[in-house]
Amino acid sequence: MFLTGFVEIARTDEILVAAAASLTDVLKEISNGYQSKSKNTIKFNFGPSSGLARQIEEGAPADMFFSADLAQMDDLDKNGRLEPGTRKNLLSNQLVIVVPSDSKLAIGSPKDLLKPEVKRIAIAEPPVPVGAYSSKYLEAEGLWDKIKPKVVPVQDVRATLASVESGNVEAGFVYKTDAAVSKKVKIVYEVPIDKGPKIVYPVAIVKESKRKDTARDFLNYVQTPASKELFKKYGFVVLD
Amino acid sequence: MILSVETWQITLFSLSVGLASTLLILPFGIALAWLFARKEWPLKSVLETIVLLPLVMPPVSTGLILLKIFGRRSPVGQWLYERGVEIVFNWKGVLIAMAVMSFPLLVRSVRTSFSEVNPRFEQIATTLGASSLRIFFVITIPLAYKGIIAGALLAFSRALGEFGATILLAGNIPGKTQTLSLAIYSFVQLGKDSEAYTLLGITVALAFLFVWCSEWLLRSAKKA
Repeated sequence: MFLTGFVEIARTDEILVAAAASLTDVLKEISNGYQSKSKNTIKFNFGPSSGLARQIEEGAPADMFFSADLAQMDDLDKNGRLEPGTRKNLLSNQLVIVVPSDSKLAIGSPKDLLKPEVKRIAIAEPPVPVGAYSSKYLEAEGLWDKIKPKVVPVQDVRATLASVESGNVEAGFVYKTDAAVSKKVKIVYEVPIDKGPKIVYPVAIVKESKRKDTARDFLNYVQTPASKELFKKYGFVVLD
Repeated sequence: MILSVETWQITLFSLSVGLASTLLILPFGIALAWLFARKEWPLKSVLETIVLLPLVMPPVSTGLILLKIFGRRSPVGQWLYERGVEIVFNWKGVLIAMAVMSFPLLVRSVRTSFSEVNPRFEQIATTLGASSLRIFFVITIPLAYKGIIAGALLAFSRALGEFGATILLAGNIPGKTQTLSLAIYSFVQLGKDSEAYTLLGITVALAFLFVWCSEWLLRSAKKA
């Protein structure tokens, strides 16, 4: 115990960042850049936003929270778990339609999903954010009632991708950043940002954090132009 | 196949916390199994059922209960926190999740091996004036030791496979609380299939080895 205490002082601070699983790759790359400039260490706890919010609610020692969903952040905010003035809507994402990369079906728009050769469409089941966003979007387009009978509700984004990859469904709805993860699917349609529902990834510092200065330092770093470029590289939309 | 430093680190971490968890529950498991096998008391079946619950409950719900108990917001978590002991997001959380989840398997296996010890030997020792403690260590344990080791191996294998309770209580923190199971989950989520398959191969090999040893011990105990 004494030894680790000593080493930590020598290396200065270590903060723990709870982050939605979909941010894993980009946040690792950003934190590598940060750690090469700073003496602080960033550790991550990656998981589904709802589980992370639950842990913070129970007093888990996280210093910062990157959520993939506003609802989780709102709940923590309501219960006074967030440091006032640190919450920020950092990123957005785009809904896309993916098909197996060897698919020969001509799908170029959401309307094409009505074609009889499209038999099954995978969409993550709400409350998974992408599922809720997809049905909201299709409703706004006036297509939901006709598409609904074809929808196969799946567990999460990864399951959506897996069912498209394997060809068990003809198409699926995921985020643009998720589609980039799989080489066996291709994007056939990107929902224009102004037409789709507003997708928000908020970030905040946890009120009970004992290393708020370091957390603030990292929070500033993820908003530098260099970090923003990395988010864009991974397909995220950076909000200003 | 050459394994990366990260893979080694995850494997060693899982094995050492799994081993610590098995050693931790062993004395309690043996004591409880012996009581279950040899003693009767009112409402014994209630305690037996409670001990078995983590075996059949969804691991995530066990994890949620543990998070409620050890989180800083609870009296227990607060008491520990004031004394500088952190369970949540810590390797100690991994240890507790593994211990709770593998305990029923240990108790069940060890209990069976105690039941198979012929009580005649213990009765004869009593008539010769041996104390119950002495009988336990000189007669019962030596006759049941293969079953006890088999049960410990089974509990150890279960601890290595633990996922649901661990991710809620200890988090999924690379280099700090990430076990083999959690790392496989992360790699699958990120679409990094080849990394996931490497870890999958390791878990299958380890699980096969330990369960095979456990079964072999049980078979040889039956023959003896």
